[in-house]
Amino acid sequence: MRKILALGLALSSALGLGLSGTASAQVKLAVGGPMTGGVAAFGAQLRQGVEQAVADINAQGGILGQKIELFIGDDRADPREGVSVANKFVADGVKFVVGHFNSGVTIPASDVYQENGMLVITPAATNPNVTERGHWNIFRVCGRDDQQGNLAGAIIAQRFKGKRVAIVHDKTTYGQGLADETRRAMAKGGLKDVLYEGVNKDDRDFTALISKMRQARVDLVFWGGLHDAGGLIVRQMRAQGLKAPLMGGDGITDDEFAAIAGPGAEGTLMTFSPDPRTNPANKAIIELFRTKRMFEPQAYTLYSYASVQIFKLAIERANSLDPKKVAEVLRSGMVFDTVLGSLSFDKKGDVSEYVVGGVKKDRYVLYTWRKGPDGRISYFEGD
Amino acid sequence: MEVFVQQLINGVTLGSIYGLIAIGYTMVFGILGMVNFAHGDVFMVSAFIALIAFLILTSWIGAGLIALALVVVLIVAMAMTALLNWAIERVAYRPLRGSFRLAPLISAIGMSIFLMNFVQVAQGPRNKSIPPLFSEVIVLFTVDGYDVTVSYKQIAIWLTTGVLLLAFWYLVSKTALGRAQRACEQDQKMAALVGINVDRTISITFVIAAALAAVAGTMYLVHYGVVSFADGFTPGVKAFTAAVLGGIGSLPGAVIGGLAIGLIETLWSAYFSSDYKDVAAFSILIVVMIFLPQGLLGRPEVEKV
Repeated sequence: MRKILALGLALSSALGLGLSGTASAQVKLAVGGPMTGGVAAFGAQLRQGVEQAVADINAQGGILGQKIELFIGDDRADPREGVSVANKFVADGVKFVVGHFNSGVTIPASDVYQENGMLVITPAATNPNVTERGHWNIFRVCGRDDQQGNLAGAIIAQRFKGKRVAIVHDKTTYGQGLADETRRAMAKGGLKDVLYEGVNKDDRDFTALISKMRQARVDLVFWGGLHDAGGLIVRQMRAQGLKAPLMGGDGITDDEFAAIAGPGAEGTLMTFSPDPRTNPANKAIIELFRTKRMFEPQAYTLYSYASVQIFKLAIERANSLDPKKVAEVLRSGMVFDTVLGSLSFDKKGDVSEYVVGGVKKDRYVLYTWRKGPDGRISYFEGD
Repeated sequence: MEVFVQQLINGVTLGSIYGLIAIGYTMVFGILGMVNFAHGDVFMVSAFIALIAFLILTSWIGAGLIALALVVVLIVAMAMTALLNWAIERVAYRPLRGSFRLAPLISAIGMSIFLMNFVQVAQGPRNKSIPPLFSEVIVLFTVDGYDVTVSYKQIAIWLTTGVLLLAFWYLVSKTALGRAQRACEQDQKMAALVGINVDRTISITFVIAAALAAVAGTMYLVHYGVVSFADGFTPGVKAFTAAVLGGIGSLPGAVIGGLAIGLIETLWSAYFSSDYKDVAAFSILIVVMIFLPQGLLGRPEVEKV
């Protein structure tokens, strides 16, 4: 018995040495998200944002004098794939993770990260439970769906007072979570939905549901889900002559939504975090994305960029690559200057207000999809 | 009533697409006794071929002659998909024909994964979309302000399915090729002895199955407007289910099975809740299978002695 124990100790210390030996050369950072599948558009946002941030930081000498080595994992927006991606990152010796996109993937993956002492910042997972489970290792730079649902519900209750509102969700952690928060806030504002239903996120045919919504004569459809199914719902609504607008959350924030929905996307309402592209201080970096990467840094791209910036600032403050020490810095209330503005984290790991140019920004803002100056349909702040 | 009619229209459209894909499963199963799991992905590839042909054509001749462009797109998609399926049969199934039963099945699953990954790498992982076409609808009648509408696309889908079913039913039951197919289905060795070219008959079956999948793929693209590399899976599974429900090996059975699944899904979503529509569709499938193991129109298995 003692022999086995000694052997185990020797083995683990050898392994430990091996790991720290490679880690001292480079900071291992990973990005996990849906790189393929229906919501690959969002995976591209995460990947592009992180890749650019890593390139910029490495060009300036890296973190604590070490270069960042980047790993990329494809979770296909599937919780099981997310766990296997997380385990792969563990095997690669990654200590810092940016990801994932879907709340339903982020939650089980973060359990793996916690068990293995890895630190995570998610740029996009908005379900409250992501940070509500008391994990020491997970932080987010986006808002939460209880905040988002409160805003969406309040807007609906105010603008569609006495009108008929349908709530549809995609049965995922994120989609149903957002739909329920919005429904609660609507009820608080004195408006009850006339129809509440879930659909399969991989479905292409929503005609039955739409005929039903026509029968219910709805004036607004609130969509708790992502842009691919949301776009198809709008497209099929218009094909059946249902003219009611759609309202969605951060999950539809990609121009691909308008490509799928067609011209009927115009007039779609949406809640999303403040758009960092409107901050003049980011002009140079936005140009860099557009010219060098040929990528429009929309939606969560700069949120992913900021996640890497925060890792760098926190590691340098902690003067250590130990994820636990870096997490303490993140939780200490330190203010980080990022492309999103200055921000800090609360004890749970949620982000405080973003301060841009000395002005506090709301965590969620209303956007409208309409034709831009170039004639393409995209999202713009306000009405 | 008016809502019921509208939901019937929705369900028949969805069911027709399932039915067209199901014919491909049923024909190949009929002749080889093998489930061609790659068929759903052949359908997906055909939708991509249609997409590429459509984009090339509309950039050439402009958006004016969309109807003509679609006919050309359909022909291109059918020809290229047929070629693809011919090649698949040649490469992946024919060399395994004499080996044990599971080998071609595994080969088919491998082919399915191959096609899906190939399209993902070659065409990118994102959704591809085309702008809405033929969005005009015909209002059939109006009750209490509720318009019962049908679009030209939906009518085109029903007609195509009906005509193709009749044409292939005639082909299989009345022509020399159909006789050869049925002969191969019963006993390949015996069919070869009486002078039927078994390899050629099987190849033609794959070509026909692919052409039908291409019709379904083109209609899917025009009707839904979006296709991605993963789109072979769900319609493929539903169509396979339709083929089993209708009685695998039977052409009208495949279409009836497709319509049944389309209608169950749609009517369940309409009168109960779309949350449980797949649960409902597959529960009914299980019940049918318990009482009618050979499917709705299938022949009971005869033990060959």
